[in-house]
Amino acid sequence: MAHALENIDRRWIFLIMGLLVLLPLLFPLALPLVVSNRVQGFHDTIAKVPDGSTVLMPCDYDPGAIPELVPMTRTALRQLFQKNCKVVVLCLWNGGPGLVDNVVRSVATEMNKQDGVDFVNLGFKEGREAVMVVMGQGIANAFPRDYRGQETRSLPVMRGVRDYSSFPLLVSISAGYPGTKEWVQQVQARFHIPVVAGVTAVSAPEYYPYLQSGQLLGLLGGMAGAAEYEKARGEKGTATRGMDAQSMAHIFVALCILAGNWVQWSKSRSVAP
Amino acid sequence: MNLTTDLSIWVAALLTLCIFSFLYKDNPFYKFAEHLFVGVSAGYYIVLNFWTVIVPNMWDPLMKSFGGHGVSDRAGMVAVELGDYRLFMLIPGLLGLLLFTRFFGKIGWMSRWSLAVIIGVYAGIKTTGFAQGDFVAQVQGSLQPLWTGELGSSINAIVFTVGLLTSLLFFFYSREHTGALGVASRLGVFFLMVGFGAGYGYTVMSRVSLLIGRLQFLLQDWLGIG
Repeated sequence: MAHALENIDRRWIFLIMGLLVLLPLLFPLALPLVVSNRVQGFHDTIAKVPDGSTVLMPCDYDPGAIPELVPMTRTALRQLFQKNCKVVVLCLWNGGPGLVDNVVRSVATEMNKQDGVDFVNLGFKEGREAVMVVMGQGIANAFPRDYRGQETRSLPVMRGVRDYSSFPLLVSISAGYPGTKEWVQQVQARFHIPVVAGVTAVSAPEYYPYLQSGQLLGLLGGMAGAAEYEKARGEKGTATRGMDAQSMAHIFVALCILAGNWVQWSKSRSVAP
Repeated sequence: MNLTTDLSIWVAALLTLCIFSFLYKDNPFYKFAEHLFVGVSAGYYIVLNFWTVIVPNMWDPLMKSFGGHGVSDRAGMVAVELGDYRLFMLIPGLLGLLLFTRFFGKIGWMSRWSLAVIIGVYAGIKTTGFAQGDFVAQVQGSLQPLWTGELGSSINAIVFTVGLLTSLLFFFYSREHTGALGVASRLGVFFLMVGFGAGYGYTVMSRVSLLIGRLQFLLQDWLGIG
């Protein structure tokens, strides 16, 4: 048995994993989901922002992060728009501006919000931390035009927006570098703006120290975080629908680890004198 | 089942299947999708950077200045009282051009000036950001009372402090890890392992999410199921 497992063709593992992910998507299991404190913190921090204020929302990701970050971007935008907050979106990842624009526009259409009045997508700017520093001297200095090529200063949504002091909250949705870590280092630490973050699962452990120290007031980690946030908001989006498949895949990975260790243990026992 | 008639979704779906075919074995469909991705990405990034950085941040303001339309319709390239220093934009423009001297053997050394500025600026920005955001704030966040008046949070604080100190001691290499230091560093290894385990779990979640995302796209957007 151990010998058969040791020499198993890896394609069988791929096939089983594929089926374990596919089947719950076709036939949902509705496994229970609990909203954690860090996700509740994300939700409550946005809820406490005064109605009608302007919020900065960097969406630093590209298509590789769609399943994890797009659901949380949608839910956060819905929560902000519901409070009549104006949203200033930007993207520091060169693969992301078109994707982010589609997401923002689809939610804005759904919530009857107008481009340039209720929200603006400033688009992409190369420069990473340097862009964050320049934004501290004036948002329009770094982004003279928005993603659609309109003069940023002339937009109604940008009236009263000068620099970081104009925002009561920064909602960072990020897939890595540059992203939440840099927003905390360059902006939260210097300008003391409250920050909440939604990040990919692979980068999430990096942000727990910021959560513990209060530099982040809430954290959504990967698809699970997005699903919990959807639950906290009473929504049922793509993250919630994907969590059954996620759970099945994790159980399978855990079983594979146990099987691998058992194979190694059996081998070492058979070799021992 | 309700197959889409959107051509772009068909292209995306077929390219997804081309990439998935690598799970069986390397094949020409996978190679085609991979090369297409690399080529399209390179072209896209060049065009994007030209239109979102060079045109709005340098070309437009300089052209306006040369055309006699500075800030508030003032002519010229410098208006100190308005905080407008467009003339200085020529410096990054020139440094950017110098990077291309690498293509011309003899004067290739000039690109080092631009690289020196880039490295200097980013080293400065990173250092100050790390000092403020990580070093000071994290040390501050680590100084917490061990007894908070509540049992649960007190245990949490004690475990945190023990984990922090023993993990730090594991990286103390100036003395052999024997005796009390050896015990502490071995305990630190356990905490590090818990951290690595959490990181591994989260990595699995991220990778599975990618698969879920693609399957949701194939099922819902392409095949129209669910």
